[in-house]
Amino acid sequence: MHVKSIQKITSFWFKLSGAITLAILMIIVSYILIKGIGAINLEFLLTKPVDSGREGGILPMILSSLYLLAVTSFIAIPLGVGSALYMAEYNENHKLEVVIRFISQVLASVPSIVFGLFGLAFLIFFLKTGWSLLSGGVILSLMSMPTIYQVSEVALKSVPEHYKEGCYGMGATKWQCITSIILPTAASGIFTGIILALTRAFSEAAAVMYLVGSSLEMPTSLLDTGRPLPLHLYVLANEGISMENAYGTAFVLIAIVLTITILSNHIISKYEIKLGV
Amino acid sequence: MKIEVNHFNAGFGNMEILKDINLKIPKHSVTALIGPSGCGKSTFLRSINRMNDLSRDFCCNGDILINSMNIYGDEIDVVDLRKNVGMVFQKANPFPMSIYDNVAYGLRIHGIHDDYEISKVVEKSLKQAALWEEVEDKLFESALNLSGGQQQRLCIARTIAVNPDIILMDEPCSALDPISTLKIEELISELKKDYTIVLVTHNMQQAKRSSDYTAFFLNGEVIESGLTRNIFQNPQEIKTQDYIMGRFG
Ligand SMILES: Nc1ncnc2c1ncn2[C@@H]1O[C@H](COP(=O)(O)OP(=O)(O)O)[C@@H](O)[C@H]1O
Ligand SMILES: [Mg+2]
Repeated sequence: MHVKSIQKITSFWFKLSGAITLAILMIIVSYILIKGIGAINLEFLLTKPVDSGREGGILPMILSSLYLLAVTSFIAIPLGVGSALYMAEYNENHKLEVVIRFISQVLASVPSIVFGLFGLAFLIFFLKTGWSLLSGGVILSLMSMPTIYQVSEVALKSVPEHYKEGCYGMGATKWQCITSIILPTAASGIFTGIILALTRAFSEAAAVMYLVGSSLEMPTSLLDTGRPLPLHLYVLANEGISMENAYGTAFVLIAIVLTITILSNHIISKYEIKLGV
Repeated sequence: MKIEVNHFNAGFGNMEILKDINLKIPKHSVTALIGPSGCGKSTFLRSINRMNDLSRDFCCNGDILINSMNIYGDEIDVVDLRKNVGMVFQKANPFPMSIYDNVAYGLRIHGIHDDYEISKVVEKSLKQAALWEEVEDKLFESALNLSGGQQQRLCIARTIAVNPDIILMDEPCSALDPISTLKIEELISELKKDYTIVLVTHNMQQAKRSSDYTAFFLNGEVIESGLTRNIFQNPQEIKTQDYIMGRFG
């Protein structure tokens, strides 16, 4: 075959697969948004559910989800980025690196329900922490860490060697080099990984369903029980309580995830323009 | 003598790279290091600010004295050494930050945070590096948007901002066009009034034009060193002769 026609075919194939991916995404998202928008009003967003969620709103679920997000960020970001930094800049033991990478790959592919069951067995039954948003957040952190670790490690390792040389050549200490050059240069990659992991955690029902207590009350602290949006959605649909409110909940969930994603992409591209990369 | 090298040997692991280097580099002069690639010029240059320490298997013995202090001695602080001995690399490597922040970088990491003081030094350094007029009105734009030649002059500005004694340059023009090269060469002759410069170059013409002293390296040894004029017009060693006549390398 001619080189030209091969090029034509591959280019067509790329365009087609791009279009299919985009179309599938658009169909799913718009289907849910259209089905869900009917349920959305101020009362739905700002009140407690009534009658198991047949009536009333989802404010406690929104709050529960935000609490979980906060706990997960607080634990998984420092641990994930910190261990990636250690591996990329301090560790000189290649074997350790291989082992850790393998473990994090395995952890990243463990089904979330397994994390949930592990949490139930370890936190609730063994450590007796009790059902709470905090317990759920701890397990979501474990689930998010491998992704944050892996993406951060790649981002840190791809900081060009000549930046570091320039930096050490100016008399910078290792720590100065890390804070002033390495982290800022890797920041957009690290941030992408964080957002990826956190939005996944935010949409997670299975990992937390045995841990958060699934209460319908307004959570006032991390030690309260709660029910995040995805779990509420699952319960509403699974127990046939109200499909309308299930779609409404899905609408809110997707809206929040989309907002986080779009906003973070915007921040990343602004930041990259500022760096000039 | 600003830099005095006595019986200096260096290598990586059990690979010997530099063998018994002896060299004296006077203050406020430009010393060119020439020689075919792979002969150890960069390794030698990077021994003078201990950049080789970043390679874990680097080892060396013998002395390099700067202002009569052995820089491989126990009492030497590598951070102070590198502040005093600046380095400009083969590939211009401005940091991914604004032009201003690039020049301010060294001051900040060495504990100067007074904005007025920093802005004075930034302006002075950029002027000294003959870059000020080109960047005056875009100081807060990313340095990565500059041309290659401008980036290299920015790296020189960044280096002189911390007021070093010595500037090491490792083939600073090898990636630049002739006009940018000329600008850097002019800059080098301007800078030697205030600094001692050691310049690795691949370009014989550049060594001739820009340097006062030349050392010819071959296979990790200094074959001949002395006044640039003498090395080029009246080399004592056959190998030097062959090299500068372009018979090898
Ligand atoms: N970090 C290093 N580890 C191992 N070998 C090195 C390292 N840096 C340089 N070398 C080797 O040292 C020799 C001299 O290199 P270099 O000093 O860069 O030569 P030049 O600058 O004259 O071209 C080369 O054979 C090179 O492969
Ligand atoms: Mg070299």
